[in-house]
Amino acid sequence: MPFVTASTQRGPYDVILVGSGAGSGQAAYTLCMEGVRVLMLEAGRRYTPAHESPMFQTPDMAPLGGADTPDKDKGFYDATVDGGWNVPGEPYVSVPDQWGGHFTWWRARMLGGRTNHWGRISLRNGPYDFKPRSRDGLGFDWPITYDDVAPYYDKVELLIGVYGGDTSLENTPAGPGDTLLPPPKPIVSDHLLMKHAPKLGIPVLPGRRAVLTRAQDHRTIPAKLHPGNPRAQKILTEAMQKRSPCLWATPCGRGCAVAANYQSPTVHLPPALATGNLDIITDAMVYEVTMGKNGRATGVRFVDAKTGKHEHVTGRVVVLGASAYESARILLNSKSGQFPNGLANSSGLVGRYVLDTVGSSVSAQIPLLESLPPLNEDAADGLQVYVPWWLYKENLAHKVPFPRGYHIEYGGGRGMPSVGTFTGLEWLTGGSYGKKFKEDARRYYGSFVYMDGRGAMVPNDNSYVDIDPKVKDKFGIPVLRIHWQWGDYEQRQAVHMQETFGALAEAMGGRVTSPIVTDPLRAVAPGGYMIHEVGGTIMGASARSSVTNRWSQTWDVPNLFVADGGVFPYNADKNPTLTIMALSWRMSDHILDRMRRREI
Amino acid sequence: MTDRRTTLKLVIAAAAAMPALRARATNYRDRLEPGASAPGDLRQFEPTAHGYGPDPDLVKAYERGAFWPLTMNAQQRQLAATLSDLIIPEDDHSPAASAVGVVDFIDEWISAPYPQQRADRAIVLNGFGWLDEQSQRHYQQPFARLNETQQRAVCDPVCDLSRASAQLREPARFFATYRNLTAAGFYTTVAGRKDLQYIGNVALTHFDGPPVELLRKLGLA
Repeated sequence: MPFVTASTQRGPYDVILVGSGAGSGQAAYTLCMEGVRVLMLEAGRRYTPAHESPMFQTPDMAPLGGADTPDKDKGFYDATVDGGWNVPGEPYVSVPDQWGGHFTWWRARMLGGRTNHWGRISLRNGPYDFKPRSRDGLGFDWPITYDDVAPYYDKVELLIGVYGGDTSLENTPAGPGDTLLPPPKPIVSDHLLMKHAPKLGIPVLPGRRAVLTRAQDHRTIPAKLHPGNPRAQKILTEAMQKRSPCLWATPCGRGCAVAANYQSPTVHLPPALATGNLDIITDAMVYEVTMGKNGRATGVRFVDAKTGKHEHVTGRVVVLGASAYESARILLNSKSGQFPNGLANSSGLVGRYVLDTVGSSVSAQIPLLESLPPLNEDAADGLQVYVPWWLYKENLAHKVPFPRGYHIEYGGGRGMPSVGTFTGLEWLTGGSYGKKFKEDARRYYGSFVYMDGRGAMVPNDNSYVDIDPKVKDKFGIPVLRIHWQWGDYEQRQAVHMQETFGALAEAMGGRVTSPIVTDPLRAVAPGGYMIHEVGGTIMGASARSSVTNRWSQTWDVPNLFVADGGVFPYNADKNPTLTIMALSWRMSDHILDRMRRREI
Repeated sequence: MTDRRTTLKLVIAAAAAMPALRARATNYRDRLEPGASAPGDLRQFEPTAHGYGPDPDLVKAYERGAFWPLTMNAQQRQLAATLSDLIIPEDDHSPAASAVGVVDFIDEWISAPYPQQRADRAIVLNGFGWLDEQSQRHYQQPFARLNETQQRAVCDPVCDLSRASAQLREPARFFATYRNLTAAGFYTTVAGRKDLQYIGNVALTHFDGPPVELLRKLGLA
């Protein structure tokens, strides 16, 4: 019985693991496969994608046709449970930024956290992304290189299954050849981009997402991932055989009942549970890391969200993977006489240098795509192709007014009609109604494309989180206060996105659906919108300049580690989840090594 | 209210979620500013029900009004059906809007306890009032009793929000909202999907991409 409670737990545990998303899921997997006894604590409820994913449900089966509401911010069928931009009873304080906007913080209270609804976009950081300061003098270098992480990118891609393709471009690396699954075939609107973008010097590559475009090779991958560990190989072989390849239908963000894409509860947790080494307590809201007299962490305290009781669990090692902000909050709330500013905070940097992704979007209507014949374009649910950043040389030559770059997430097609599909067509139809409107709907359906820029953020002193002095959540835990400002570079990047997307729309013979925005502050999405929060427990080369070291281990407490995006000292344009998993696997290997040597 | 012209944003990036009826403007700052205020009869309607909460059963199929009561009276429903069918009438491809449950969809929408829907409620019910008032003034009949030529004469001046005179801006906003809702209700049904020749949402063993002949015809191969 792997799901336990504070009273039925089966300690002693080697590792107490806080959280169950990408970072924690990976840590549980790696540690349990090597025989380590892990207790995982998840703040939300148990969640079973096989039974709870609304995979083929149509909008007419949902209230309001599935439209988004404050209860379900990304639509009724979004997998998120008990979360979104607001979590009832769990407020946070967001200090207005320089133009009156706010950072908004997406959370999920469920097993697997935000991995259940994420976009599955899985891009590797490149060599430049680990050494940005060395390249342009800004921000911080990571204390590790691409080569340190590359073997772990290989392993994660083999484990979770990532499709992708050609990777010959600068700072857009891939593994040694066999780590990626074949990319899905492009749809009509993808071909349109592939034809026209190169004329503007913009490359188009196969997308990369954690979706099984074919069954995983369960005969060879387990031995590659777990050499010399036949039991782990057997467990992984069975787990891989239980996953289905993509059904080429239904959005990944609803969750996948057949485990054809990556989410922690379908990919990381089943094999970890099959080892018998993983116990999980759900509804466990962790708020403090407890310390022994020897300067080592002894465990964590949590509130049982169902009973309100406060509990304490112990282990040899504590790993925080609660999300970048939530892990910083736990450390800052772990105050004591010995640590008056919070735990692992001798540098004063816990909560500092938080980062998100620069976002800006343009959509366009394309006459060539009007009135197409019937086509099933559900494909892999998007990102069959994408545009990696292509102006690295121009960055160095100062030919673009910002030092880093962005990639373009592109899409279109004859997807399932939703409540928003025919909203606001007057600019095309002249306000038609009656039979003419129905003709217009047939004509314009599927003729839209969108371009979403996803850009790098240079860390700045004005973006940080601390503990609000007054506000507490329903459990009585002091809440996070988020301070946020975009720097000039991020704003200029957003304007560049807008202008580039406008040019692309024109090159494709289309018309943008709203004017290109050239005011920098208006072009950039508010902080948090991209749900790529990282930083706050950044890794670095010294205890003065960072919270964690090259192994994601806190400098101050040798048996305390961070498994989530908190360790990122820089957020490149690449979506962070794949890197979170690679770093967590690397951290877990280090924990195993130190445990075997009895150092922790 | 958000500018509905800046629209059609199929979001997959962060979450692969359902696109909202509310348009997604590119201009992020404007989205944060309070929009034009809705006509002011919100106080007449205090929702008695709560929403479906942050953890509804997603697998179940719901009837309209499963979470909160429908609130239109018979007269309003008649007007709603008339206007929906004026916007989406029966043709060779598919039935009229009211034949596939669009009135229930709109009733559920404007009866919902959420802020966007409550704002739309005010727009829709005020708009109903305006329609009947115009109909009475010009034809001495309520809108639902007019013939189609008369109905069009009432609607034509307000059917395009972007070209409506300042005087008619509110009724034009109503008409745009109502057309959006009618289309939302209609094209999310089986009949609506069939009309558009949407053929996805079925499990496939492989995905082949578009036929090469089509790509050639489009100059893309």
